[in-house]
Amino acid sequence: MSQAFSAQRFRAMLVKETLQILRDPSTLLIAFVLPLILLFLFGYGVSLDTTRIRVGLALQDMSAPAQSLATAYERSRWFEVTGRRDVEGLKPELVAGRIRGIIVIPADFGRRLAGTGEPAAIQVITDGSLPNTAGFVAAYAEGVRASWAAGQAEERGARPQPPITLLQRFWFNPELASRFFLIPGSIAIVMTMVGTLLTALVVAREWERGTMEAIMATPIGMAEFLATKVIPYFILGLGSMTLCTLVAIFAFGVPFRGSPLALLAIATAFLMPALGQGLLISAATKNQFVASQVALLSAFLPAMLLSGFLFEIASMPKIIQAITYLVPARYVIPPLQTVFVVGDLWDLFLRNIAVMLGFGALFFLLAIRATRRRIA
Amino acid sequence: MAGPVAIAHAVTKRFAPGGPAALDGVSIEIEPGRMTGLVGPDGAGKTTLIRLLTGLLDPDAGTVEVMGKAAAEADRAVIGYMPQRFGLYEDLSVIENLSLYADLRGLDAGERDARFRRLLDFTDLERFRTRLAGKLSGGMKQKLGLACAMVKAPALLVLDEPGVGVDPVSRRELWAMVRELAGEGIGVLWSTAYLDEAEKCDTVFLLSEGRLLHAGPPADLTGQVEGRVFRMATGAEGRRLLLARALNRDDVTDGTIQGASLRLVMKPGIAPPAPDALGAPASSQVAPAVPRFEDAFVDILGGGPPGTSALAAAYRAVPERQEPAILAERLTKRFGDFTAADDISFAIPRGQIFGLLGPNGAGKSTTFKMLCGLLTPTSGNGRVAGHDLRTARADARQSLGYMAQKFSLYGDLSVRQNLNFFSGVYGLTGRAQRQAIERVVEVFRLGDYLPVNSGSMPLGFKQRLALACAVMHQPPVLFLDEPTSGVDPIVRREFWTHINGLVEKGVTVLVTTHFMDEAEYCDRIALIYRAQQIAIGTPDALKAQAATEAGLHDLTLEDAFIALIEASDRKREAA
Repeated sequence: MSQAFSAQRFRAMLVKETLQILRDPSTLLIAFVLPLILLFLFGYGVSLDTTRIRVGLALQDMSAPAQSLATAYERSRWFEVTGRRDVEGLKPELVAGRIRGIIVIPADFGRRLAGTGEPAAIQVITDGSLPNTAGFVAAYAEGVRASWAAGQAEERGARPQPPITLLQRFWFNPELASRFFLIPGSIAIVMTMVGTLLTALVVAREWERGTMEAIMATPIGMAEFLATKVIPYFILGLGSMTLCTLVAIFAFGVPFRGSPLALLAIATAFLMPALGQGLLISAATKNQFVASQVALLSAFLPAMLLSGFLFEIASMPKIIQAITYLVPARYVIPPLQTVFVVGDLWDLFLRNIAVMLGFGALFFLLAIRATRRRIA
Repeated sequence: MAGPVAIAHAVTKRFAPGGPAALDGVSIEIEPGRMTGLVGPDGAGKTTLIRLLTGLLDPDAGTVEVMGKAAAEADRAVIGYMPQRFGLYEDLSVIENLSLYADLRGLDAGERDARFRRLLDFTDLERFRTRLAGKLSGGMKQKLGLACAMVKAPALLVLDEPGVGVDPVSRRELWAMVRELAGEGIGVLWSTAYLDEAEKCDTVFLLSEGRLLHAGPPADLTGQVEGRVFRMATGAEGRRLLLARALNRDDVTDGTIQGASLRLVMKPGIAPPAPDALGAPASSQVAPAVPRFEDAFVDILGGGPPGTSALAAAYRAVPERQEPAILAERLTKRFGDFTAADDISFAIPRGQIFGLLGPNGAGKSTTFKMLCGLLTPTSGNGRVAGHDLRTARADARQSLGYMAQKFSLYGDLSVRQNLNFFSGVYGLTGRAQRQAIERVVEVFRLGDYLPVNSGSMPLGFKQRLALACAVMHQPPVLFLDEPTSGVDPIVRREFWTHINGLVEKGVTVLVTTHFMDEAEYCDRIALIYRAQQIAIGTPDALKAQAATEAGLHDLTLEDAFIALIEASDRKREAA
């Protein structure tokens, strides 16, 4: 039996892997160009904040209060009001998606307001197929009406102080700019791509091109072989994480309140399950196409959808929440967002790092078991 | 003499429990300093046996030992292994590949320089030191694969079909190299579909369906057909029909065409048929021929297929026409400043087989692709079945059937889906389509494989399916690019029975091949070398031309091939 570990073999395989990475433009594309594209997409393209929404206003009452309320809507910073016709004329617009809601000020609005205790109502019709937007429209429509009503009362000299005033403070992200948490989160997505997708491809490629057979017939051990696959991609993963961090701080103005050491620890811990999963996929599929599909479905999509990166886990159905505990990316999003916008909270970091290392150990163990030195 | 370097004893291997045995009680020994050949039809178990010897598979029963240790535990540094696709990293250079394998095999830094120098010198790759392995020709990749397997002198060298898709010149060079290495005391196992190589081995193991049919010096097997091989000089006229008649006789076990003669293997104790019994001119000379390993190989496997092609019987008769079926007029193709094909001209009349021969990278495939409309010539023009390649490319393509060098069907589609697709692409619909598919399924015995993904079939069946897809629309012209590469002699004979039958129906065939015995079937041959057509003529005429130029007698076509290329090299160097 040949010796279990040889520095000569190990170095040779590392050199070979590095040369292959440097010579393969698609690897560098995935590791450095794709992350930048993702970052710019999340920085500029995707925003969870609302801006002006187009709505229709059906003004059916010509009384002075009704006109005044209509003007309040037109002046609101939340709405872009189109048309002031009857409801029937606005419906096709809503159906066609050119407006997101209809605010109806009914014909008896002024009479009721001036009259006898009957409440003066307005109607808000929204597009229920876009629940988020529908919710915004309804809430803002009510908000505008309430502040208009308060203004009216003030003019009349009455001063009905509201019993409670709400003073809001948003910690860590006072502007509630979504990119402050989207961009740190997207770094996790980038590391998933490099760690899992690229690693899944490289071992599968050896099988496809027939080089695996030649390598297996040499004295190299399988653990040695896997280690030489992991190390270059670990470094590549850290490299693209660093690039993303610099771009996030200097191009997007995302604050970085934690320490580089904490970031490095979080990234390292996350790369373990990511790389392990990639190795496991490629050892099990032995085919680049299948490996990339499996990597997309089992790593990339869960990291996008189930990690709390785009959608808050707390608002998911219970069963889906349970599934998120199996997604390694779930444990990297909170520490990443924290190290950027809050600072070093080692208690939170260490808890998550421990879970990620656990996942990493499990994946590596399975990968070693799956990569046996046998062809069949 | 020392004992064997590797021993397999009563080895059995099944890939599915209860399924057919890939190897069934096989025992072999590999002696140091000797060339041991491993031959057999596709699916015989050659690669399985090799993987057992290299410790990549475990046997279900029996033992495999390398240098006195079980193969799975043996010191891998003593095994040099060159797998079918050479195991090279295409994005690494020659020297980087070599260094990688040197380190993996634990070659000492002190020995490195001398060893690299010797191997690069030996393989003539010194000039290409920094070239990426992916940019080497097939023959050079093969030599680099050998160098990587040999980088630390092994005790056992295993080569899995090193000659597939490689031209005769490169094959001969590789053989000479390995032979020399074997002389230094290495035990070599050489797996091959080329029986001329098997014939040159010291010992041959012949596998068929997982069983060992023969073990011993090749001459022992060849001796079994001693006195049963004859050559009948019938003349070129009608030789395909004569061969078909001969093969249909019960007393003939195997027959091939050799230029203007037939080569027949008779059943034991039976004299060859009289020429007029086959319908050949009564004056045709019949003489005993020296038996070859291939004769014995086909004989022990139960003889060649019958001579009548069911495919040809159902094929339409291609109408006579005045102009040649395929015409190449000064075809030239340049890629940048590299000329891939230079001034190639030939005309092929209807109902003939024309062979394009030449080393890898000589320009055969380029010429081929220009004629089937896949590449536009830089200058010159061509016509296929009367259609101009520049102005009526689509019509030209519709009238030809094309079988590509590499398996180019859809591996993830079933056999039936491939047949449906390709018949549809060539414009067959409804009843005609159904009938065409039924016909080829019957002829090529694809029935059992219809629901199987075509990529997972044995090579021989893949090639049959590829030919089936090329002929369903009954084209007047067939283009076959290395149709039998890597396929065993039995399947090759079956192919040529079909091709010969189709040609008798008026189909015109353009074929490339590295098997010189196949080139003998051609009516005429063009030899392409360094993008130029260096010789053209009938197989016998080329042999005669080479014999005159080289001052030799009684050349085989392979000798002629090599002599003509060497003569061309001399002329170029003199110029």
